[in-house]
Amino acid sequence: MGVMLHDEEIEHLTTVLYDLYGYDFNHYARASLKRRVMRLMTIDRVPSFAELLHKVKTEPSYLPQVVQGLTVNVTEMFRDPAVFKTIRETVLPVLATHPFIRIWHAGCSTGEEVYSMAILLEEANLLHRSLLYATDLNPVVIEQIKNGIFPMSQMKNYSENYILSGGKKDFSSYYTAKYNWAKFDERLKSRMIVSTHNLVSDRSFNEFQIIFCRNVLIYFDKELQDRVLTLFDESLDQLGFLVLGTKENLRFTSIAGNYSPFSIKDKIWRKTS
Amino acid sequence: MAENQLNTFQVVVIGGSAGSLETVLAMAQALPAQMQAVIIIVLHRKNDPESILENLLSYKTQVPVREVEDKDEIQPGNIYIAPPDYHLLIEDERTFSLDSSEKVHFSKPSIDVTFESVANVFRQRSIGILLSGANADGAAGLLKIRKAGGTTIAQDPVSAEVGYMPQQAIDLGAAGMVLDEIALISSFKELLNA
Repeated sequence: MGVMLHDEEIEHLTTVLYDLYGYDFNHYARASLKRRVMRLMTIDRVPSFAELLHKVKTEPSYLPQVVQGLTVNVTEMFRDPAVFKTIRETVLPVLATHPFIRIWHAGCSTGEEVYSMAILLEEANLLHRSLLYATDLNPVVIEQIKNGIFPMSQMKNYSENYILSGGKKDFSSYYTAKYNWAKFDERLKSRMIVSTHNLVSDRSFNEFQIIFCRNVLIYFDKELQDRVLTLFDESLDQLGFLVLGTKENLRFTSIAGNYSPFSIKDKIWRKTS
Repeated sequence: MAENQLNTFQVVVIGGSAGSLETVLAMAQALPAQMQAVIIIVLHRKNDPESILENLLSYKTQVPVREVEDKDEIQPGNIYIAPPDYHLLIEDERTFSLDSSEKVHFSKPSIDVTFESVANVFRQRSIGILLSGANADGAAGLLKIRKAGGTTIAQDPVSAEVGYMPQQAIDLGAAGMVLDEIALISSFKELLNA
């Protein structure tokens, strides 16, 4: 990447995005946001920061591409299989004691993790009494969750992850292959509620037994991390579970005192008060 | 430690791919138990949840070794390892951050990403060392460190197990010094004492 952006330029862009469109990137971690902006400029062949700013200000139709570009949409099914194995073996039996299970996948991008969880629930015979809320700030990726169509090229990797997570079935029984795409069974989707939700600006909307927010907080500064964790805290049932990314931690955060480690290596915490 | 020393610690960032592990371990073994610098290691490797690299390094040195978690504090006198499946960034002088975005040069962590981030924040206090590998990752980042006024070393491609990666850096004019393993380790020690 050729251009080198300055902090003031990043601030200028985030101010414009907020003032004109209400998207608040102000408390995104600077180092990665800077990389995202430079990447966006490279991909869209925008030669200078001034031109990027002009485009953002004068072309509202460019906004979805900007939001798509500034947010990271890398995810996979059963990412970190050991985490899903723990959920399968020790979290699901606890969830099963609830008559009805509400799950929130916050910032879930294209939804691979939501489908993974739906598969676990189905195998535990819990899917019919569960609801999976899948949210992301980006309306483009939300549509992909609804479609339930994922690249066929990923299926070998996902199948291996699935087996490592303790899956016993033939993974291909969950989808229909068509050309280069795998379309996942409608019954997995039937228990999903898919919606846009911005963790920065939107509020709590329900009470959940488990919240997944993996590899989202890494893009936020500590102040915003604390705000979002407070939102999760307000949205979790007593004794609810919080699942973060494998390199994220509740330690030193404002809500740490209300949680005890359930599986430290898998970054699963349980609400205690 | 005096406040002025705290603000002037050097940051050594070591990048390696295929064939670099033995050299990294030999470098760790050469470290004094007490040092002021920050050492950051970015190696291409498989996603191992067992932290094998952290354990291997801990056998070789008294210096504390830590695989970085998001927003960890940067403290002089430590070795930090980029975790597998994340890019390691420098948020500011005191803070790491992680990024799980697209691979760069088919790699995550990418050496280029960390080299560039170190160059942006630590400027002339950066020391970049690029070791053996079969990948073009690291060359562009090493050039960023050099242009920021930092010190840059490429392992001599002839002495490296796989010479392709350091050769890329040399071709790009990113390497201030080109050293074989023995010379590299002795200059590494000198730079830390400087």
